Amino acid sequence: MGASPMNKTITIDGKTVPFVDGQTIMDAAMAFGIYIPHLCHNPEFEPHGSCKLCVVSVNGRNMTSCTMPAVEDMVVANDTPELNDDRKALVQMLFVEGNHICPACEASGNCQLQAAAYYLNMLSPHFTHFYPQRKVDASHPDIFLDLNRCILCELCVRASREVDGKNVFGISGRGIDTHLVVNSASGRLGDTNFAATDKAAHVCPTGAILIKRQGYKIPIGQRTFDRKKISEVQMELIEQIKPEPDDG
Amino acid sequence: MEPCEFPDIEQQLAPIFERHGRESSRLLQILLDVQEAFHFIPPEAVTCIAGHLGLPRVSVEGAAGFYSFLSLKPAGEYRILFSDNVTDQMLGNPELMQYFCNKLWLEPGKVSEDNLVSADRTSCTGMCDQGPAALVNGWPLTNLDQDRLDLIAELIRSKEPISRWPPILFEVKDNIRRADVLLGDALEPGVAIKAALERGADATLREMETSGLRGRGGAGFSTARKWSGCRASPGLAHYIVCNADEGEPGTFKDRVLLNSYADLVFEGMTIGAKVMGSAKGFLYLRGEYRYLLERLESILARRRATGLLGRDILGVTGFDFDIEVHLGAGAYICGEESALIESLEGKRGRPRNRPPFPAAHGYFHQPTVVNNVETFACAARIAAQGGKWFAAMGTRQSSGSKILSISGDCARPGIYEYPFGVSVKEILDDCGGEDVYAVQIGGPSGILISWKEFGRCISFEDLPTAGAFTIFKRGRDILQVVRNYAHFFAHESCGFCTPCRVGTQLQKKIVDKMANGNGTSSNLEELKHLGHIMRTMSHCGLGHTAANPVLDMLDKFPGAYEKKLKNLAFEPAFDLDSALETARKISGRDDPWAHLP
Amino acid sequence: MDEKKKIRVATCSLAGCFGCHMSLLDIDEKLFDLLGMIEFDRTPFTDIKHCGSCDIGIVEGGVSNAENARVLKEFRDNCKVLVAIGACAIDGNVPALRNNIDLWDCFREVYLYEGGLEGNQIPNDPELPLPFDKVYPIYEVVKVDYFLPGCPPSADTIWKFLTDLIEGREPKLSYEMLRYD
Repeated sequence: MGASPMNKTITIDGKTVPFVDGQTIMDAAMAFGIYIPHLCHNPEFEPHGSCKLCVVSVNGRNMTSCTMPAVEDMVVANDTPELNDDRKALVQMLFVEGNHICPACEASGNCQLQAAAYYLNMLSPHFTHFYPQRKVDASHPDIFLDLNRCILCELCVRASREVDGKNVFGISGRGIDTHLVVNSASGRLGDTNFAATDKAAHVCPTGAILIKRQGYKIPIGQRTFDRKKISEVQMELIEQIKPEPDDG
Repeated sequence: MEPCEFPDIEQQLAPIFERHGRESSRLLQILLDVQEAFHFIPPEAVTCIAGHLGLPRVSVEGAAGFYSFLSLKPAGEYRILFSDNVTDQMLGNPELMQYFCNKLWLEPGKVSEDNLVSADRTSCTGMCDQGPAALVNGWPLTNLDQDRLDLIAELIRSKEPISRWPPILFEVKDNIRRADVLLGDALEPGVAIKAALERGADATLREMETSGLRGRGGAGFSTARKWSGCRASPGLAHYIVCNADEGEPGTFKDRVLLNSYADLVFEGMTIGAKVMGSAKGFLYLRGEYRYLLERLESILARRRATGLLGRDILGVTGFDFDIEVHLGAGAYICGEESALIESLEGKRGRPRNRPPFPAAHGYFHQPTVVNNVETFACAARIAAQGGKWFAAMGTRQSSGSKILSISGDCARPGIYEYPFGVSVKEILDDCGGEDVYAVQIGGPSGILISWKEFGRCISFEDLPTAGAFTIFKRGRDILQVVRNYAHFFAHESCGFCTPCRVGTQLQKKIVDKMANGNGTSSNLEELKHLGHIMRTMSHCGLGHTAANPVLDMLDKFPGAYEKKLKNLAFEPAFDLDSALETARKISGRDDPWAHLP
Repeated sequence: MDEKKKIRVATCSLAGCFGCHMSLLDIDEKLFDLLGMIEFDRTPFTDIKHCGSCDIGIVEGGVSNAENARVLKEFRDNCKVLVAIGACAIDGNVPALRNNIDLWDCFREVYLYEGGLEGNQIPNDPELPLPFDKVYPIYEVVKVDYFLPGCPPSADTIWKFLTDLIEGREPKLSYEMLRYD
């Protein structure tokens, strides 16, 4: 037997966390059972690093944990009041930037933006609301696209590109006008080859992409985040997608 | 289906495709040509380009939607963009733009009904020493005044092609006021390369090390370390990139270097190629300097013809290196090296996640060095005259000279080259800055200093700068200056990360509120809070520095905002009475209940 | 403060649905406990028309028109502590769905095109509250001290929040109590 591949470690909030080369701080933390808040990250896809909720302090310097490779002996601070306050501010920014009317949204209770806000104890969006004019696209027979709720995590972009091989989604515009676009000359989702069975139809952390005729199926009280915090739910998810240990 | 306005788009685009080939890295260059031909990027063209390059349509739409100089909607046969830098503002550009709009019955930002002309604002065009400035279809207009705008309006009305407009409108001067080692006696083309070849790649790199040369783009990373990192990185090819995306408002020294010292810059790139074993270089030229393109290409052609570029440079078998000029299209963020590389690849200029760094994974994931224009000019001088010679100038941590772009309130704006370590006071004396109150060093992303700090020195250890030096005399409204910068960052944020995309907008709104006299002490706290979030949580340097002017003002210029604050703890985020105006108009009401104090 | 003196509370609903008030009433028998600790000033329960000096003001609903802004200002001026209760007060919520629609179109739809109207015209009666161009959360109009989210917050949540506040504790909600819907 050779040397264990997991003989390198970092510390996160005082805990010694093993990692293998190539793992990010986020990978190592999640594998160990430490939750780092995140919205644009999904371990099934290439890391993105845009929401910045997962920023941690590494040896006193802030770094994006979902994209930063773990390096031997990093001292990481994650669950600190200061970082959680800053993360709350980021969630508040996302809330005021779009039109997030939770009581009128099918995704309420299953929405990661909302759940992250609960986790970070957000009582109000705090900042001045933008109330932007955004498009709702119901042209597709099976799927709604409501840009009011898009937080530009690009998970649908990545899923459609990496898994579905379709490139149904992309990003255009710049700055505050950055927005999701779909792969058709008309700009309508109904004119693309998007299908409800696509991976990209099931990765939206908010209610921007919704499968039609599924709304409010789960009663209030039994939805994903009604009982469980996003930290618990996302740790369970990691367990599910963990590869089986290799016997060979 | 919508009616197709360009049924024969394929035919129309054929010559553009012919010119650029099928590499996806040509996307941005193709889009620029389409913009020039059609005055916008028609949706049919987006589809057609996607097909031609084998890209998803969303990628083409994504790139076209990112850059300010590309427009997905008709922008008029003549598109006038007034430079919105604070120096242009101080020289009266907002009033001139209004004058121009009134003259042509235009609404700012909207194209005329006959689709002939539109007028809007754009970030600093780099003509701060000869403003007010503007661009017409990408060509720079300088020294604007009402007479010139009358003439321009007339030329537009009579649909005169821009190539036939009087050259005086487009005159751009170098305005070199103080020259030192870079801008002094010209180096004969080839001399530096010869010296590098005689010395060899290893020794040349050691000279760079000895020189202590640090990047002139502002961050000041050791050039030798960058070069050796790239050199040591394995790859299919190594690339040399010259960053001429001089977007920092108030900076214009690269424009002068490229206009009059391009050989020195290309020489530096070629020496870099020798050191790093590169065969291919790019000059990323900001869209605002598009007017320099033909001149630069002719210099490159001359260098090829004289054996200074191309195959077997100076007769050395196997020393092959060539340089391609790649145009930007109006995006400050592309000055960030990884965003620049994305843009070189034809994509949206979005800064990458780092690591990996460009030295190992740059252009198409190959080892790439990105250096500032001035850095390459310095490298050429070092190759010719030695590292020790260079290190003897300046200060211990900042060797050599620095070219400053001086503008604002002074008698002699222009280009000044000093050895590092020069004090602000000395500079102000030289350029005729009298009764100066504040200086913005290094542009909005730099540092705003007050008259109390004029003893400080230009150097990496004290006042690092990419070169902008913007002067404000006593009586200038610093809050208006900061407001201009806050608008700049909000406009230029790439939109990728939450803190910068949203934070720059929120910051802009609060500074506007203060400038309108509705700020309160709680707004000051909010600005500090936003500044903290942007500085510590953002993805790249743009977000990290976007709060600098605001925080410097809060710290050093209380007089600029205190008298404008309301003597209340809280004031609504918006003007209540104005928010009733629409409903008053609709209902025709003007009674006391239709108003709020 | 005199120990026997009851805490004086005012409540109102601006651009809301009174759902938060209904939820307050849902505390059922605890209402008696509550009324042992507080007394109501202006509320929909008392029919007092204007807010007097109060310890706590509880505002439901967003700011949709000039009347809302006046009432809100009255509350802020008279209440030591101001609480935003419910999603509408906190982010505009459902009434703010109109923020995506041009105000002209709203008026035209309601007063000119809607069926069953007589003498279709846009009213200009000063008695009618004049709408803002948008619906705003109350914290963008006045300073707000506490936020109690929910649509509506449950009776238990309201009870927990109010008892914390009345008894001088910093209000704290458990995970299950913090909801935006």
